[in-house]
Amino acid sequence: MWKFIHKLASPPHFYRLAAQIVPWLVVPGLLLVAYATYAGLFLAPADYQQGDAFRIIYVHVPSAYLSMMTYMIMAVSAGIGLIWRIKLSHAVAAAAAPLGAWFTFLALMTGSIWGKPMWGTWWEWGDPRLTSELIMLFLYFGYMALRGAIDDTVKADKSSAVLALVGAVNVPIIHFSVEWWSSLHQGPTLVKKGGPAMDTAMLYPLLAMILGFSFLFGALLLRRVRAEVLFRERRTRWVKEMVLSGGT
Amino acid sequence: MDALSMGGYGAYVWTCFMLTVVVFVICEWRARLRHRRVYRDIEVRIKALGDTQ
Repeated sequence: MWKFIHKLASPPHFYRLAAQIVPWLVVPGLLLVAYATYAGLFLAPADYQQGDAFRIIYVHVPSAYLSMMTYMIMAVSAGIGLIWRIKLSHAVAAAAAPLGAWFTFLALMTGSIWGKPMWGTWWEWGDPRLTSELIMLFLYFGYMALRGAIDDTVKADKSSAVLALVGAVNVPIIHFSVEWWSSLHQGPTLVKKGGPAMDTAMLYPLLAMILGFSFLFGALLLRRVRAEVLFRERRTRWVKEMVLSGGT
Repeated sequence: MDALSMGGYGAYVWTCFMLTVVVFVICEWRARLRHRRVYRDIEVRIKALGDTQ
């Protein structure tokens, strides 16, 4: 087991392995998203209260889930890099941040667009779910700005890792905000006691979309980590040999 | 037409789905661009080193 982890953490091994894994994530990801889009838009019945506007759930929930999951990936990777000084972990954290920012932006935008017809407003500053999600977007921006401001990669890794770990406290706040405080945002629908509060005709496309988004996110993350590894290893022998042989 | 209007919420629903596609396309494009740029920089550096030796 440790031998496998040690080998996986080796940049050249990871770089080649990631290239092989990407197509295995893209194909099922696209198939799942295609099925979920069709089923969510055309097969699932309209909600008895929200009508067809509820269909925004099929892009809003997966993007909100990924925005939080990506932060956890970033924080855990940064923590591993900080404690065990594994270079690949810092590369994963650095590569995950822009993706997390994009999915947080998407969650905020789709939530805002959903909020207008349902709540009568695009945005509500006093709402804990909306505000804590916006704080996470700023945490991603702060993480990327901090990395960009420090030229020394090792120092940038350490400083940004501390910020990522401190900011991780916001993830449970986002998740439980609708239970802890009064919120315009609806309560938990999927992860709750007694199981999901949705009809299976609505639930299955949503689960397929979450899985599809996760596969596609995995492919995007691996692509970004490969670029990050290549940049960090640009002066090493294996990169030179690979480029000279025309490999990618 | 029913599918487009989405019970009067078509503008909201379709905007969200289109926005999602745009975000995925941007993420994919930026990931490829970053890799290509780093790779090209390495190629240029190796060539420059080869020329000076």
